[in-house]
Amino acid sequence: MIALAGILGAPLIGAALLAAIPGYRLSARCNVLASLVAFAAALLLLHHRPQAGRFMLVDDLNVVFIVLSTFVGFTTSLFSASYIGHELATLRLTPAYLRFYHAMYQLMMFGMNLALVSNNIGLMWVAVELATLSTVMMVGIYRTHEALEAAWKYFILGSVGIALALFGTILVYLAARPVVGGGLDGMAWTVLLMHAAGFDPALLDVAFVFLLLGYGTKVGLAPMHAWLPDAHAEGPTPISAVLSGLLLNVALYALLRFKMLLAACPGGIAPGPLMIALGLASLLFASLMLYRRRDIKRLFAYSSIEHMGIIVFAFGMAGPLGNFAGLLQMVMHSLTKSAIFFSVGHVAQVKGTQRIAEMGGLTESHPLLGWGLVAGVAAIAGMPPFGVFTSEFLVISSTFARAPLLAVLLVLGLLLALGALLLRLSSVAFGPVRGGTGPTGASFVPMFAHLALVLVAGIYLPAPLVAWFQHIAALLG
Amino acid sequence: MSGGLSLSVANTLAGLMVLASFLMIYQDRLSALINVLAAHAFVLALAVAWQAHVQDAPELYVTAAITLGFKAMALPMALRRIIVRLGLHREIEAVTGVGLTVLAGIGLVALSLDVMLPVTAHADPLTREDVTLALSVVLLGLLMMVTRRNAVSQVAAFLSLENGIDLAAAAAQGMPMVVEISVAFSLLVAFLVIGIFLFRIRERFDSVDVRALDAFRGERR
Amino acid sequence: MTAALLVQGADMALVVLAAPLLTGWVRRVKARLQRRRGPPLLQPYRDLRRLLGKEAVIADGASWLFRTAPYLVFAFTWVAAALVPTFATGLYFSWTGDLIAITALLGAARFLLALAGMDIGTSFGGIGASREVMIASLAEPAMLMIVVTLALIAGSTQLSTVAAFMASPAGGPGVSLILALAAFLIVALAENARIPVDNPATHLELTMVHEAMVLEYSGRHLAMIELAASLKLLLSLSAIACIFFPFGLLTAAGGAGGYAVGLGSYAVKLAAAGALLGVFETATAKMRVFRVPGLLGVALMLGLLGTLLLYAGRGL
Repeated sequence: MIALAGILGAPLIGAALLAAIPGYRLSARCNVLASLVAFAAALLLLHHRPQAGRFMLVDDLNVVFIVLSTFVGFTTSLFSASYIGHELATLRLTPAYLRFYHAMYQLMMFGMNLALVSNNIGLMWVAVELATLSTVMMVGIYRTHEALEAAWKYFILGSVGIALALFGTILVYLAARPVVGGGLDGMAWTVLLMHAAGFDPALLDVAFVFLLLGYGTKVGLAPMHAWLPDAHAEGPTPISAVLSGLLLNVALYALLRFKMLLAACPGGIAPGPLMIALGLASLLFASLMLYRRRDIKRLFAYSSIEHMGIIVFAFGMAGPLGNFAGLLQMVMHSLTKSAIFFSVGHVAQVKGTQRIAEMGGLTESHPLLGWGLVAGVAAIAGMPPFGVFTSEFLVISSTFARAPLLAVLLVLGLLLALGALLLRLSSVAFGPVRGGTGPTGASFVPMFAHLALVLVAGIYLPAPLVAWFQHIAALLG
Repeated sequence: MSGGLSLSVANTLAGLMVLASFLMIYQDRLSALINVLAAHAFVLALAVAWQAHVQDAPELYVTAAITLGFKAMALPMALRRIIVRLGLHREIEAVTGVGLTVLAGIGLVALSLDVMLPVTAHADPLTREDVTLALSVVLLGLLMMVTRRNAVSQVAAFLSLENGIDLAAAAAQGMPMVVEISVAFSLLVAFLVIGIFLFRIRERFDSVDVRALDAFRGERR
Repeated sequence: MTAALLVQGADMALVVLAAPLLTGWVRRVKARLQRRRGPPLLQPYRDLRRLLGKEAVIADGASWLFRTAPYLVFAFTWVAAALVPTFATGLYFSWTGDLIAITALLGAARFLLALAGMDIGTSFGGIGASREVMIASLAEPAMLMIVVTLALIAGSTQLSTVAAFMASPAGGPGVSLILALAAFLIVALAENARIPVDNPATHLELTMVHEAMVLEYSGRHLAMIELAASLKLLLSLSAIACIFFPFGLLTAAGGAGGYAVGLGSYAVKLAAAGALLGVFETATAKMRVFRVPGLLGVALMLGLLGTLLLYAGRGL
């Protein structure tokens, strides 16, 4: 119970405190501290798990998400401390807004953690909504034209998505009610999963379509992705990092839970084809869109759409190998993409712009930052020794065995993305120096920590981890 | 209480919500739109109260009261204040293709009937109709969000969509209170966000027309 | 047999006698709301008598059509009005009282009037006829949707049967019925050339529709047309009353008491409907002609929606 209290309590108390603390240095440290406590509590969960209650649930599946989420939350808070200091110095943010920013950051962490540990589909929905609203506030924090447009778009699309998801949730409850009876039991994951075989399959099918559209909007799947690039590009960079690294995962987690439910109901439709179609569409669309990006954060936002496409595709293919690959890809993407956003944040600060055309020769002007970015982009593009390569390889090989045609499309999308990313990278990292050359004054620890993890995962995956992921993959069906 | 009457009252109230959604689509004056929105929420409150009565679920009365006080009174009042303060209360929104939109809306109602009725064949008839018509209201809200360009009317459309979901939640018998409270709460938060955004938008653009926002697509700088 | 014929005859006499009174009543209510004293209730009867006694002036270019149209229009409208159950259902001619037949009779009357309006070749007649036909062509689809809705609810398009069904316990309130009523009200306003579609009390505005068409008529011809217009208003209100508010309607065979209740409730309903119409007309502004299609589109939408929602109640 202590672990759960830490995961949920630390961000909540942190949010309340940070709303009150005026000074920048103190609040940044408090932010880091609260994130660290949550991360430590999440690590405790690895050793000892509380019993599933009516509202809280910790099982093999969500532990992965919780640990990943609190870890990235912690490293991002470290990055945020140095990033936000610069924003304050350049007067892009006032101290009052900074206070607001830190409180919202912890509130978002609370919402995401709550969504991950809740054993109740209604509670989970509320938590996702909470996390969304707090990120909306942060995306609009700069109050420029573009930031407001992005926040508005995000808010409207996100609300529509979340509304559809709620409708789906209600339908799931309706399907469950005749079997498990009304009340809280009718919304508890553990109970639902146990009795799913008796649910009305037709009702569950319709519910899943709504849930897929609703939470799929949050995941950033192709036809509903319009909010994602804007929200990533216009908000503060730490928010881009947590959006890509965490919030998308939380929505994905919800989808996976409902997919398990549908899989446990024999008469239902197979959710696979739907997810495969959406995933593949996202992958191909985003890969093509990568070529015309001129804004560096937008570029990586589209790359996030692309990767979420791959992940959803992998989970749609299902089977032990597909699920394993999807899970691994998700972890690798979270780590790599947040590392990239860490470096991009500093790059944009030293260059004073987000336009790709106005930056160049980064490896020459800022070697550490530049090579970090190169490593990150190489990793996200799926170049060998990094972990993303392993997971993408697994996705492709498992697909080739079962649906060669789909695999061809998948490879096509990946190659397109690779080309676009390398093209952009070469102009930013190499060639003549363009843009500002001032000192960075940044901490590179979070970025290199993430990259090191990804590198290690690419070379050697520890056996317990593999066993653990295999177990989850089997659970996912 | 005879089954037939309780059913027909529930059906009537839900149908009136669908009708109010259509009126919102049809309405081009912002102040009138907000009036219709208030009526929409008012009918929702009645429908929820009726469900409370029929299901003998006292907690639904609370939901009905929240709906009545917050959505049917406080929210429209606040929206009205906003449009007055922004000087929009006499504004007429150029809504193009109302006829086509209404036809599309009727198609959506037919779609929701076609999807939901067979699926919920085993459910209680009361639940069944309300959920079906709730889906219509949700889809109509979506349609309106797509067709409107004005930020205030998009917000109104979103609120009507939320009303539809509330109806479905009330009709799902025995659904725990958690959800209702959360909906009210999230609406509160949503409204805060909306209010702040509207004012900011006004401050920056001198217009609440979302088209003005589209001009600033991040790509073309 | 003879008793049935007698009751039917009484019904026919009743509608034609009561129609001017209703028109007078609506005018009276409007006058009072405008703080005028207004003409006495019986003024329409006096107008009719005066018109009948006057010489009919006929335009130079008028053909036989212009002279016969008023009588035909009156006859069609009268028959249609007599087919609507007023105080009792199951009258002798009720089996012919089909909603579609009534719509067709009214349509035929309007067609004749439009032809007559164009016959003399003045610009007023032409523009009135063209606008009237435009409104009619929009109102009729809406009317048909209402008929479909009612037929689906009551299982018949025969007005008498529909009214009997509505009066029975099975015909409880329902959302479709409310939608059909709203649509019917709009269509009735358009059919009777009332505000906001048209203004029955003007002769000078360029926007007038019905009155422009009959501008050339005088004397007994005008009397026929005025009486037909009154009858049409009575018909619409009676139809609304018998379909949507069938209280007190005599549905089974009943004695003198039943007829008395039926007649009394009918009179009350008509008076209430007339008063409401007066209030509504006073409170509303006339629409521009180009906005009328939008209004009738609403009626059509309501009718469609009513039909659709009927399935929500039944299941597919």
